Amino acid sequence: MSDRRTELEAAPWGGRTRRYDLIKEGVVAVVIIAILAAVLSTLFGSPDDKQITFKDWATAAPADFYATSVQELAGTSGTAGYGAPYNTASDGVNLGPLHLAKIMGVTHPVDTVNDFVITPLTTVSNAAPVADALKLWQASDAKQQSTWATNYDTALTKANQDASKVPTGDYGPVPELAAGLLTMAQAGSLDGALLSQGNYFQSDNTKQTLFLGDGSYFNDQSTASNLQGDTWGMMNETGRYPGQAWLWLYSFWYQIPPFNNGDSHPFGANADAWIMVIMGALSLGLIIMPLIPGVRSLPYKIKIHRLIWKNYYQEENL
Amino acid sequence: MSTGIEKEMWTTKLRKGWQKNLPVEKLLPDTQPAYVASWIYMFGVATLASLGVIIASGLWLSFEGASWYHFSSVGHFVNSIHFWAVQFFFIFMVVHLWGKFWMAAWRGKRMMTWVTGALAFVGSIATAFTGYLIQTNFDSQWISYEAKDGFNSVGIGSKFTVTNFGQMILLHVAFLPVIIGVITLIHVLLVRSKGVVPPIDAFNKELGERK
Repeated sequence: MSDRRTELEAAPWGGRTRRYDLIKEGVVAVVIIAILAAVLSTLFGSPDDKQITFKDWATAAPADFYATSVQELAGTSGTAGYGAPYNTASDGVNLGPLHLAKIMGVTHPVDTVNDFVITPLTTVSNAAPVADALKLWQASDAKQQSTWATNYDTALTKANQDASKVPTGDYGPVPELAAGLLTMAQAGSLDGALLSQGNYFQSDNTKQTLFLGDGSYFNDQSTASNLQGDTWGMMNETGRYPGQAWLWLYSFWYQIPPFNNGDSHPFGANADAWIMVIMGALSLGLIIMPLIPGVRSLPYKIKIHRLIWKNYYQEENL
Repeated sequence: MSTGIEKEMWTTKLRKGWQKNLPVEKLLPDTQPAYVASWIYMFGVATLASLGVIIASGLWLSFEGASWYHFSSVGHFVNSIHFWAVQFFFIFMVVHLWGKFWMAAWRGKRMMTWVTGALAFVGSIATAFTGYLIQTNFDSQWISYEAKDGFNSVGIGSKFTVTNFGQMILLHVAFLPVIIGVITLIHVLLVRSKGVVPPIDAFNKELGERK
């Protein structure tokens, strides 16, 4: 692009002008948008599927809740093995040799045994079997606790999460602790206990959300609502409402290889990190697009501007 | 007559720079170049109008609290207006962005106008995202659970915790709107200061070029 052309395009316009009432245009636009939004709000409202509480989960799927509680004690849940920023159980996902989450460290420590099970149980008065189980657990060392929880978790998994079919074994107080937590959740007192963790003011729902996500019930609800990432769920909304359609490109990468290959491929196993990098690069590209050769020339090659300024070109015989 | 000291003053420099680059006739013009006559020009102001409706409805929701709309029909209506205005906002902004791309609207030393517009788009996505996280319903529970993996995967999750409702609501109603507001203001002032980009072939005659 010549300097002369740039100077001409940058200079104040010296050609024909037309009347243009900016303020009137703006006010009319606000009124029209407000009316349109009010009409759509009246006709369709907005999405508001009720939040899932631990009471909902424990009541609708008690076996799933019970098994998840055991997994939290045994350290086999998704959260227990997550890695940073919650714990050091794994290295987390990577970008080749870079484990960025691990580098940033454990900034939001989550101890699934105590935060999800033991501490909440200590906030209520429990029936004798649960109270005794709690005392026994707290009086035992970590190795013993782990042995009991792992034994029971393995047995419960073999029994397909049916506690009545678990053979007798060396499980210590684990069955009673899980049963106590189930009772607590069904009574509706676990949500508050998980959030407060013994405090008064609290606004961080991380522990609740992680525990909820460790079970199958929450996942099943999202699948039913078509919200899973592999079905464009990122840009979907509950019900028949438009979602975050502007995330279509972000969601797109999760639908194609190698990112949808799951754990069988390094890019699939680490898709979250790679897609975040791709989207970061594309966002940067959008911001600096006038500097990118090829892309910045497209408006000159594909002459859509002739349509936009059709009247001007006709009037000026250009 | 300015003294030497006055010429050195930051206030004087700012006033003179403002007067030179953005006199009130440029800020609030009553005419536009003849080529500003296409439906595509409506989408910029429509985006700003949608933002106005979003801010107004958002302020109302802020005063009543994040859970208000679950149990109040008025609250649900205000939340719905907020929701639909956001949908309009993005539709208009995307059309505006495409329009400016095909106009090569960065021509004539308007690079920063493009940059601030693109930043406003990216920032708006982040702002809308935090809005979805504070709906206090099933959707926000699921979005926060899923999105944490993306942010954690590149270490951002150590500071930007999508499962932390307190952090998300503060970002959504305070920090991010201020950022978007400032970027949008700069963008609009740049448009007014630099003027609307002329047609691509407008100066072919002056430059002795054929169409």
